[in-house]
Amino acid sequence: MMLLPCPWCGPRNATEFRYVGEAGPRPDPASTTPEEWRRYLFMHANPCGPVKETWYHRAGCRRYLAVERDTATNEVRSAVDSATGVAR
Amino acid sequence: MSLLPTTRRGADAPVSMRLGPQPGEVIDRRRTIPFTWNGEDHRAFPGDTIASALAAAGVRVFSRSYKYHRPRGLLTADYLDPGAFFQVGDEPNVRGAHRLVEPGMEVSSQNTWPSLKYDVKAVNQLAGRFLATGFYYKTFIKPEPLWPLYEKVLRRFVHAGAITPDPGEAFYDHRHAHPDVLVAGGGPAGMAAALAAARAGASVMLVEENHQLGGHLRWGDAADLAALGELRAQVAAETGIEVLTDSVVTGRYDDNWVGIAQRNLPGVAERLIKARAGTLVVAPGLIERPYVFAGNDLPGVMLSTAVRRLVNLYAVRPGQRAVVMSANPEGDLAVADLERAGVEVAAVLDARERRGVVRAHGRGGLRAVETNEGRRIEADLLVTATGWTAPTSLLNQSGDRPVYEPTAARFRPDPARMPDNVLAAGEIVGDATVEAIVEHADAVGREAARRAGRGGPAVTIPSLAPRPHPELFTAGTGGFVDLCEDVSAKDITTAVAEGYDSVELVKRYTTVTMGPTQGKLETVNAVALVAAATGKSIAETGTTTWRPVYAPVTLGALAGRPHEPVRHSPMQPWHDRHGATPLVAGQWIRPEHYGDPAAEVRAVRTGVGIIDVTPIGKLDLRGPDVPKLLNLLYVNKWSKLGLGRVRYGVMCAEDGVVMDDGVTGRLGEDHYLMSTTSSGAATVWEWVENWLQTAHPDWQVHVTPVTTAYASINIAGPRSRELLGRLTDVDLSADAFGYMNVRQGSVAGVDDCVLWRIGFTGELSYEIHVPASYGLHVWEQLMARGADLGVTPFGVEAQRILRLEKGHFIVAQDTDGLTQGYTAGIDGLIKLDKDDFVGLPELRWQRERDEHAHLVGVRPLDGSIVPPEASQILDSSGGIAGRITSSRMSPTLGRSIGLAQIDRELAAVGTRVTVRLPDGRDITVEITDAVHVDPEGERQRV
Repeated sequence: MMLLPCPWCGPRNATEFRYVGEAGPRPDPASTTPEEWRRYLFMHANPCGPVKETWYHRAGCRRYLAVERDTATNEVRSAVDSATGVAR
Repeated sequence: MSLLPTTRRGADAPVSMRLGPQPGEVIDRRRTIPFTWNGEDHRAFPGDTIASALAAAGVRVFSRSYKYHRPRGLLTADYLDPGAFFQVGDEPNVRGAHRLVEPGMEVSSQNTWPSLKYDVKAVNQLAGRFLATGFYYKTFIKPEPLWPLYEKVLRRFVHAGAITPDPGEAFYDHRHAHPDVLVAGGGPAGMAAALAAARAGASVMLVEENHQLGGHLRWGDAADLAALGELRAQVAAETGIEVLTDSVVTGRYDDNWVGIAQRNLPGVAERLIKARAGTLVVAPGLIERPYVFAGNDLPGVMLSTAVRRLVNLYAVRPGQRAVVMSANPEGDLAVADLERAGVEVAAVLDARERRGVVRAHGRGGLRAVETNEGRRIEADLLVTATGWTAPTSLLNQSGDRPVYEPTAARFRPDPARMPDNVLAAGEIVGDATVEAIVEHADAVGREAARRAGRGGPAVTIPSLAPRPHPELFTAGTGGFVDLCEDVSAKDITTAVAEGYDSVELVKRYTTVTMGPTQGKLETVNAVALVAAATGKSIAETGTTTWRPVYAPVTLGALAGRPHEPVRHSPMQPWHDRHGATPLVAGQWIRPEHYGDPAAEVRAVRTGVGIIDVTPIGKLDLRGPDVPKLLNLLYVNKWSKLGLGRVRYGVMCAEDGVVMDDGVTGRLGEDHYLMSTTSSGAATVWEWVENWLQTAHPDWQVHVTPVTTAYASINIAGPRSRELLGRLTDVDLSADAFGYMNVRQGSVAGVDDCVLWRIGFTGELSYEIHVPASYGLHVWEQLMARGADLGVTPFGVEAQRILRLEKGHFIVAQDTDGLTQGYTAGIDGLIKLDKDDFVGLPELRWQRERDEHAHLVGVRPLDGSIVPPEASQILDSSGGIAGRITSSRMSPTLGRSIGLAQIDRELAAVGTRVTVRLPDGRDITVEITDAVHVDPEGERQRV
């Protein structure tokens, strides 16, 4: 099982976290089109390589984390608190 | 003696094969323990495996083989032995050459009928043409309708024991461990690596599959035993090492997450250890490889390590007259062991000088050996020492691709491809004297500790390489490659000839390496045969993938102890005492009813009832930006919620699907209490935090979950004001505390209670939240003080009826994962003119399309029929136009009522539609307003 380096709790089993998904900007609800909105909802790049994603440390500090992870190797390049930018 | 086995007492009683005491023996001769073998009494010494005890008693045939029901004896005399799978009591497939005898064990052979000696199914040997290569694929496919019949017959023939449907009371366990260094393999290298790592300050876990540490030193000579004694003493004295014997590393996963099956804990059937290791040291040693030739599966054909284990560990003479084919020094040592055990060594065939066996002859057991020089030698024991297989499983799982070395006839690790946190030690790396192996492993152990963060200078690891060994796989005369699966050399070449020319395809087609030994004995031979048949090299052919798990793990160990925490409200003792029927609702156990839910409904409609609603989710929200948060998460508006006011809201997700609902009250200037559905409490909390932390970290809102900090009670019914008024200092008059307001005060002497006047049941009602530790007290006071009012406790079932009579939907009951806001009928709540809220665009489009289903009330014309929930609503052409989402008999109306999701064309009040019941009957229901009782809401506003 992969370890995720939580900026608050240290390296922790991935099962302590909820995978939120690939991180991306939310379209402006006033001007968005169905195509754009549904791309935001459902279409993910799912690359084989580096990806920016959000994880929630459900069984730990309960903070949302911005994680940069290589899906090919599971190497985590950075993991910071989404709200504060705090890194370990 | 007879070469056919018998354990019958009497004239043909077998000669005991037990030797006098051996220097390295692991048996305790001071006492014996009784067990039975196929119903007959036997005795073993403590320390004996089932197989060693039987071999000592002269048993030579242990089982019948999988496909052809050929007699099989010992081959490896260890955990992998394909001939020694036994039924022990209720437990099938026990590794008989590993499992120690315990008093009273009832052991029987598997896959035999009616008996081991006279196996009817051995006719398969004659009918072999029906079991041709890939026979499962070829023979039984057509006609397809007959497959169930084929399957039934085939199942009687396959190799397996019998399991009991009774799971018994066996206790299985889990453990988590965090060793700095985990050493897989407790031979000399593993012990030396563990010692070095521990001395460098690392916490070490040393895992050995066998019952004792020591690996091959255990069956070695005096010098080996002396070295073993020294290493064991040092390991025992080193407090930093935890030794696990009869335990096996089952797999290596991301970031050195390592599974270990621990089998010998007292009182524990099996334990799964999940270890997070700083550094993993792989030191499994080598596995001796069988030789493939005609007759190689006859009882009496053994590996050199098997006879050395039998002689030196268990003091068992493996036969009377032996032929030994040896290609290495270990095989030569087997010759010495055999001579010391009194076995007549008729011939030694030195494979390094190209001498070898080509055929073994015999029926039921070995009688003669035919050599490649044309000699025929009478023997009941043929020992082969033709090479070694490196069990590279853990290295493969670490990303390594071991490389084949033709000069050593085995695969070896490629250090360049191993991750930093994995090292290898011992014979899997190379061959050397025990001293050199220990020196290498000592360096590996120190480096492992350093890499696990225990400091120290980088360590130079001495070189260690495999010594030359001739490539010996097959004599070319046929024979079995896979003794578990009865896959012959001919099966492999046939498969290649039929076009299955990659080793992965051959594996799947022939099932070679797919039996209980999982390739540990047979993979390299299979690869060699495929290579020969395809004209490629072994390196080009490659191996099949070594996936986890390395050794079998029981399902019980994987499941571990049941850990299912449940939640009870503080009032649970009262519910228990008063005959509540429990309802499992997520993690909560709560009263479904107290015997008569219809009576509970009538009590609420006519008098007063109280219900324990503690599981309702509660979030305490504080800060100046709470209104912004509420405006974002709810579809309705929150900017102008006055102090002391409560408002109902619905949350949708970004796809517009209804997610949760509940009321939120404003307790103070910047202080709110949000309630959620009981099942949504955790989800909504994460949802709130998600938006605050990832989208609006600048908003000043502090969220505290207080679901279990409060016990919650709903007091409902026309006399609820009267009842609560007796217990609280809050002014409950309609003018002072109107509908949809919140007050704080004391109840039954308990301060800091929150009182909501809301109406899920449609009656005048108050929902009170009291500090949890006083919940039972307040509940009991309500029951005591309301006795003259006829206060009645009611459960979830009555509440569901009450709310259905009022047409209130329940999220995830009347809505599903596709139900968007307008389908749920909350049109009045959804404020599309807000700048933003979660799900806004989808709801805007849903309304613009105006083609959505509607949530409506339904009443069957025959009010005595309650159409079960999920009954389908049919359109005029018989298609599905919707479904009943809730339905109950209404005690208030005396007829059945329901809610339904239905296509908009049929949703108008007064429309009559057909509902198909699960039993196939059709009934007619009429669409009504969702609110069945008191549509004007007068009762809850008094």
